[in-house]
Amino acid sequence: MKVTITQVNTNIIAAVQGSIDSKTAPDLQQAILPVISDTHKVILDLTEVTFVSSAGLRVLLMVYRQLKAKDGKVVLVGVSEEIKDVMFMTGFIAFFDICPSVEEALSSN
Amino acid sequence: MLPFGATMVPNGVNFSVYSSASTSCALVLFERGEDEPFAEIPFPEEFRIGNVYCMIVFDLDFERLEYGYRMDGPYDSANGYRFDKTKILSDPYAKAIGGRDTWMAPPNWDNIYPFRSRLVFEDFDWEEDRPLQIPIEDLIIYEMHVRSFTMHPSSGAKYKGTFAGIREKIPYLKELGVNCVELMPIYEFDEWEHSKLHPDTGEQLVNYWGYSTLNFFSPKAGYAASGKFGMQVDELKTLIKHLHEHDIEVFLDVVFNHTAEGDHRGPTISFKGIDNKTYYMLTPEGYYFNFSGTGNTLNCNNPVVRNMVLDCLRYWAAEYHIDGFRFDLAAILGRAPDGSPLNNPPLLESLAFDPVLANCKLIAEAWDAGGLYQVGNFPAYGRWAEWNGKYRDHLRKYLKGEPGLVGDLAQAIQGSPWLYPTRGTTAGVNFITCHDGFTLYDLFAYNQKHNDANGENGNDGGNDNESWNCGCEGETDDAAINALRQRQIKNALTLILVSQGVPMIYMGDEMGRTQHGNNNTYCHDNELNWLNWDLLEKNAGLFAYAKHMIAFRKAHPALRNRDHFTYTDPQQTGYADITFHGVKPFECDYSSGSRVFAWMLNGNYAKNGTTTDDYIYIATNMYHEGVTLELPVLPQGRSWYVSANTGIGSGECCFATGTEPLVTNIQQFMLGPYSAIVLLGR
Repeated sequence: MKVTITQVNTNIIAAVQGSIDSKTAPDLQQAILPVISDTHKVILDLTEVTFVSSAGLRVLLMVYRQLKAKDGKVVLVGVSEEIKDVMFMTGFIAFFDICPSVEEALSSN
Repeated sequence: MLPFGATMVPNGVNFSVYSSASTSCALVLFERGEDEPFAEIPFPEEFRIGNVYCMIVFDLDFERLEYGYRMDGPYDSANGYRFDKTKILSDPYAKAIGGRDTWMAPPNWDNIYPFRSRLVFEDFDWEEDRPLQIPIEDLIIYEMHVRSFTMHPSSGAKYKGTFAGIREKIPYLKELGVNCVELMPIYEFDEWEHSKLHPDTGEQLVNYWGYSTLNFFSPKAGYAASGKFGMQVDELKTLIKHLHEHDIEVFLDVVFNHTAEGDHRGPTISFKGIDNKTYYMLTPEGYYFNFSGTGNTLNCNNPVVRNMVLDCLRYWAAEYHIDGFRFDLAAILGRAPDGSPLNNPPLLESLAFDPVLANCKLIAEAWDAGGLYQVGNFPAYGRWAEWNGKYRDHLRKYLKGEPGLVGDLAQAIQGSPWLYPTRGTTAGVNFITCHDGFTLYDLFAYNQKHNDANGENGNDGGNDNESWNCGCEGETDDAAINALRQRQIKNALTLILVSQGVPMIYMGDEMGRTQHGNNNTYCHDNELNWLNWDLLEKNAGLFAYAKHMIAFRKAHPALRNRDHFTYTDPQQTGYADITFHGVKPFECDYSSGSRVFAWMLNGNYAKNGTTTDDYIYIATNMYHEGVTLELPVLPQGRSWYVSANTGIGSGECCFATGTEPLVTNIQQFMLGPYSAIVLLGR
């Protein structure tokens, strides 16, 4: 699992590759949480993510909670149909905005 | 040491399991899905406290871990000991079970450990959700099978046959108007148990209904669309959260009377190998008492098992926000370890007074398969309600037109005061159909059961169905017979929904679901059980009627007392809280030949006088000919209006609020054969 962090204005974009599961979720958490303290919008680009497990969903939720505490939000981009299904079934999808592209996510409110 | 089970602690997992008679125990650890374990760790003697083995193991992957126990001890079946150290045993307190992740996926039959204990995350974000605490008298219970509800292609659901599928159908449940769903067993079970091919048709028969528990703390993975990813816990909790958001309570049908391990010939999966003598009621020779009819009987009043049952229910109430529990074959819960019925069963008392369960509804199926029938005298401790089997029997007989039932019907619609004199109306759940027996449509389409599809030569399923085919066995083109059947279904729904007590209807009865006369479809994973949503169109009139009567009940508190009627008129209105009538007002004919029964509720005494309502008059006629009723005169300023009349041949037979037709001649109201009317006096 690989995370690439970029910044556009005050927005943080985290592009994730690979599987987010119990083995890799702690690394994702460690990569993202320190850099989101000053931002109000985090864009998680999941285009290259192959699988998100229960542990993975919980890290995404953790990011959501950090942002919510500051009235910020988390936008998901590039979510595959299968991952979207799993997020719907388990109720996690309710916490996130979903956009088709990073550009749109950047310009959304 | 506590809690029992596997609990996540910082950097590790605490494992805790008890056995009163084992001599040693080892923890067996698997990587998910692997055939062989990656570690087997004996519990050192110093980690045993009393009968409890416990230890913390560090550096485990919570998501990929599967664990079990290998226990050694005596094999002395006559004295109840059946230890087998060649078996890996599932943890009775596991919160998820792996091995049946996808419904009917063919398992590896050589798996050395087929039902594997797993860990779960217990951090679901309920936001503001809590159990709804709708007063029991205001509930309208809808019994459903998780898979059957959305599995049929016509359901239009994306996640067919699953918890997520039910969620997709919440708008339907809202439209129907029910405010409580009772889910048939959702604890992990093995759908492949006792599976076989039908000897004649070759159909694969399976353990479909699931009354055979593998583990009491785990939701069935195969009922989750995300089960293959092990996310059934979150999926079920999300379903419950959404149902609550839409003001619908969730009850679980729980099966504490037996387990999936069968008798001495059955498999050793968990309890049998961990502590056989504690968990099961055993005969003096060491065989299994069979009060459940399925092979074994859980030893519920043993203090250790009692604690497990308590822990289990508290877990579901606290972690899953369950609103109520219906206990299958609950008479077993009142039996001692030697099988004898107890006067003061500790388990039932504990459940009734448990602080965590204080706001949960407790409903008993107050009989078992060993002859202990306790409807009316189930040890209730002022808390338990029960499935009123007598209501079912009496209503079925009355609707058939049997003689001599008017007195019983009068009791039934009042909340059965003769059965529950000190327990009020809400002691009884009123139902005419449930998963056991005919559907409501089949109750009026078949004189006898047709269970050949079950492959048991018709030896299964009850014979005392009190059904009537209305003139022809099974499907027919005869318009008059079909019209009568529709009328009878509406009559049945009417009576359930206007009776004092707690109404329960069975999934699909509101749209005329049929099982083609099979009254015991426990083994069919097909259209016999799957709800066919095309029936909504085919039986649109029936569905409209069901919706109407459900809305009617919700709109009229006079139908929802908690205490029994007093038959007095303390407010001096001129009418007692309830009065009984026949073809003439205030003259009810209780004689054997009578088949007309009517009653009137004085709206001033709604909810035992705590609120007001319209006057309500309900009349039924189960003759094959129409009758002319003289209606009671209402107090000055009020008139009778027709809310529903099942005897109306074609067109509308129920009328929305504000559109009810006025009754112009109260001295001559025509009530058709096999018909019922519901009138409002306003």
